[in-house]
Amino acid sequence: MQTDTAHSGSNTSLARRAWSIRRTALRMGEVQGQGYIGQALGVADVLATSYFHALSYRANDPEWDGRDRFYLSIGHYAIALYAALIEAGILPEDEIETYGMDDSRMPMSGMAAYTPGMEITGGSLGHGLGIAVGAALGLKRKRSDAFVYNLMSDGELGEGSTWEAVMSAAQHQLSNLICIVDFNDQQADGPTTQALATTPEAPKWQAFGWHAQTVEGNDLDALVTAFDAARSHPGPQPRVIICNTLMCKGVPFLEARESNHFVRVDADEWAQAIAHLDANIPA
Amino acid sequence: MTDLAPGPSSRRKSKYTPRKAPDQKLATSAMIASLDAEGRETIAAPLGTALCDLAKTRDDIVGLSADLSKYTDMHVFANAYPDRFYQMGMAEQLLISAAAGLAREGFTPFATTYAVFASRRAYDFIFMAIAEENLPVKIVCALPGLTTGYGPSHQATEDLAIFRGMPNLTIVDPCCATEIDQATRAIADHPGPVYMRLLRGKVPNVLGEYGYQFKLGQAQMIHDGRDVLMISTGFMTMRALDAAKALRTDGIDAAVLHVPTIKPLDVDTIRAEAAKTGRLVVTLENHTIVGGLGEAIAADLLRSNITPAFKSIALPDEFLDAGALPTLHDQYGLSVPAITARIKSWL
Repeated sequence: MQTDTAHSGSNTSLARRAWSIRRTALRMGEVQGQGYIGQALGVADVLATSYFHALSYRANDPEWDGRDRFYLSIGHYAIALYAALIEAGILPEDEIETYGMDDSRMPMSGMAAYTPGMEITGGSLGHGLGIAVGAALGLKRKRSDAFVYNLMSDGELGEGSTWEAVMSAAQHQLSNLICIVDFNDQQADGPTTQALATTPEAPKWQAFGWHAQTVEGNDLDALVTAFDAARSHPGPQPRVIICNTLMCKGVPFLEARESNHFVRVDADEWAQAIAHLDANIPA
Repeated sequence: MTDLAPGPSSRRKSKYTPRKAPDQKLATSAMIASLDAEGRETIAAPLGTALCDLAKTRDDIVGLSADLSKYTDMHVFANAYPDRFYQMGMAEQLLISAAAGLAREGFTPFATTYAVFASRRAYDFIFMAIAEENLPVKIVCALPGLTTGYGPSHQATEDLAIFRGMPNLTIVDPCCATEIDQATRAIADHPGPVYMRLLRGKVPNVLGEYGYQFKLGQAQMIHDGRDVLMISTGFMTMRALDAAKALRTDGIDAAVLHVPTIKPLDVDTIRAEAAKTGRLVVTLENHTIVGGLGEAIAADLLRSNITPAFKSIALPDEFLDAGALPTLHDQYGLSVPAITARIKSWL
């Protein structure tokens, strides 16, 4: 399936890819002195699995029609996706320091018009999955084998539009749609599970007619198995992978920090976090 | 405040007191009722017919509706091209999002619902998923302004005001069946997003007899005149033409400039006509006085230092009554007698 991927045949491990995504995100955060670094560190393993195991794409032709689509519904996770796109060779590394700056191709919230590889404009939460439904319908209409991946947050489960899309995907048997939920149980005002009754997660999706899996979202082996299962499932159902992730994963002193939507990182701590990664380079 | 009949809201929940004799009372028209043809020939389902015709040569045309295909004439297309029609269910946010996704994949989606639902419920989705990305989605909506007697839940009296603030979005308010047919083809060719107001069912044919050809973004003089310049959009152009005829019997020579594209507004034509001296300028629209054609033109003329005597005929800034459309059009000043009476009072 991955004959057209930029990463096929690569000897670089997924652990090393995830490590690079974390390190690049930290460097972008350091430039701005801020950023949704807790989310980026938490979702890095999901993005590594997406871009270096599951997705078909051509790094030198991000709009290649045969690519798998990857929709970032959560626009504020852009810092993480930029890091993944840089690791994938779709964005140049030397633009890292422009993150969030005037005239940058990497604005704080992801927008399609700005960034190669950024498929949709996210940020108004609850939009991605509905757009993915339309794209999945369109791909089936074009008899394309491509998948549409939609990465969303647990907080987006609160938007009614998400559930309109969930029902529609089942109605139209969109087996080419894979939704990834980053379940870090953290939204702006506190834990997601204390805001709306999002649990039990997988049974909800199953009841709505989806093939649903719940995995440890920071376990690369588990992610690979889940992504493979989502792609190869023979049924007509749309697929969801609910990834339980830990905010700030990979930087222990930030993991231990009180959980927060916008994690506080002091000026000198960016370098400390990078130093921690540099002392723990995976094979 | 407009000089209309007293606000009817005081009637609500008070004892039933009929305003008309029993033999003159009108029933609330069904929600699906067509606009009264007022003696004109009608053409059935101009949107659906035009889409079917377009689909013969354009594989990219697809249709979607949110459980209102029958009431937006989309069912004509759905019946002819079932594999190119997507029923999205009673889910307008999804309707719009899915249309955006289809457009991303190279299709030209026509998405239909009622104007109230597109403008009020799906706004953020139109704004972000379609307009911000300048995708060629055509949102075509029935029951614009006061074209149903069902009350505010179904009367999209402020849709133009809502949508005018949205960048990239082209806004069209066609007058009649001929224009809907022509405009459907024109917006299909337009590379960006469009919101079009729709008259459905048996739609009067008005502009056909004038040899009219719709051009996106262009205002056109339908009937010239020396004393009054009526600038109208949507079915109010039909009313304006009839009012011009009635005014002629009183020796008043009224022009009718039809403005089917609300945004971008054809300011060059409007300025040139409004700048001709000696004419009272009257805007007419099937929309609240707030934020529609009248205010758009007033603002542009003032900014352009063109200051004719200026009046507007529009719906009041109120939640409108339920009832029969002819009664409501009289009550709120959209009927031909109401228009002619007010114009005469202004001269």
